Amino acid sequence: MVEEAANGLEALETIQKEKVDLALVDWNMPDMDGREFIREVRQDKTYKDMRMIMVTTETAITKVEEALEAGADEYIMKPFTKEIILEKLALLGMDTSNASK
Amino acid sequence: MSVSKSDFNYIRELVLERSAIVLDDGKEYLVESRIGQVAETEGFGTIDQLVKALRKNSHNGLQSKVIEALTTNETSFFRDIHPFETLKDAVIPELLENRKNERRLNIWCAASSSGQEPYSIAMVIRENFPVLLDWKIDFVASDISETMLNRCRSGKFSQLEVNRGLSAALLVKYFEKEGASWFIKRNLQEMIHFQQINLSRELPYLPKMDIIFMRNVLIYFDIETKKRILNQLISILQPDGFLFLGAAESTINLDSSFERTDYKHSGCYRLKR
Ligand SMILES: C[S@@+](CC[C@H](N)C(=O)[O-])C[C@H]1O[C@@H](n2cnc3c(N)ncnc32)[C@H](O)[C@@H]1O
Repeated sequence: MVEEAANGLEALETIQKEKVDLALVDWNMPDMDGREFIREVRQDKTYKDMRMIMVTTETAITKVEEALEAGADEYIMKPFTKEIILEKLALLGMDTSNASK
Repeated sequence: MSVSKSDFNYIRELVLERSAIVLDDGKEYLVESRIGQVAETEGFGTIDQLVKALRKNSHNGLQSKVIEALTTNETSFFRDIHPFETLKDAVIPELLENRKNERRLNIWCAASSSGQEPYSIAMVIRENFPVLLDWKIDFVASDISETMLNRCRSGKFSQLEVNRGLSAALLVKYFEKEGASWFIKRNLQEMIHFQQINLSRELPYLPKMDIIFMRNVLIYFDIETKKRILNQLISILQPDGFLFLGAAESTINLDSSFERTDYKHSGCYRLKR
């Protein structure tokens, strides 16, 4: 199932209500920066199994490093395709057999 | 640009003879688009004129350009992931043990395309087996296409290419960014020797290999060619070495000297004892 959140706060609410396995996090959300979001989620052990992929137009190496330091599992530079996401999920050892939606 | 039946047949024979790549009936569209492109960049108005030049052999390097244009270079870092996990978890650990006296390892990546595959292997080694830094590693990566080999040597990748299959952790560790391009670091590049090898011809001298990656290239050949190539591998692969084929490839019905290993989804084969 895919949930969408318009901004960081909404995303935080969503993960409290539903069990989320994977979050695609945009660096530039209207209210909060994606890195802060990831850092905040990572501080809460409840979400320790949740995978987070930063998806962004930022392409500097330092940005990739910052995202990883904040606790992102992976990083995708825009533009991207469905295939790129599936390849990243495979890298994370996630089952992609029914993830083609 | 359209292609006549006789020009299509001429190109098909040429490509078969020079590279063993089989162009089935119905692949006219491929010739039209890809050879049409070559005709344009080489200053021929039509495919017909290009074929005339091919027949007269009047245009230096044209044959190679035509053949390169008809290769498929699709690849990605850590393509299918499982072979690289098997390499890390089983293949290299076993070889570390078996070769601990000689302290040398020979690796051949036999259709390297733009370089993602050999560099993925190099990253597996660097990342997980620091002891191999003191070993003698002979790592050959080859392809029929000089254009692809030059891309391999340049170690240059686009954003789209590094997005595919490469973990962010390895990206920051082993690449440098210059403008919009990503360059693999020198120390990885220097591990690999890039060399042109046409698999459809008799193979040049190669040292006995511990690991051969020959993935997603046999699929372009006819059965006889596949058999001939696999047969040559019997004498190139060490008796305890490992052969990796692509996910859609197999030695079954082609060569009974090999058997598939149990490593899941890896396309990993060994010589029968
Ligand atoms: C689809 S790519 C496979 C790349 C990589 N091994 C992988 O699995 O991702 C196929 C490559 O085989 C090369 N090739 C085609 N015919 C060949 C031949 N006769 N000898 C050597 N390489 C060949 C092409 O140039 C191309 O780069």
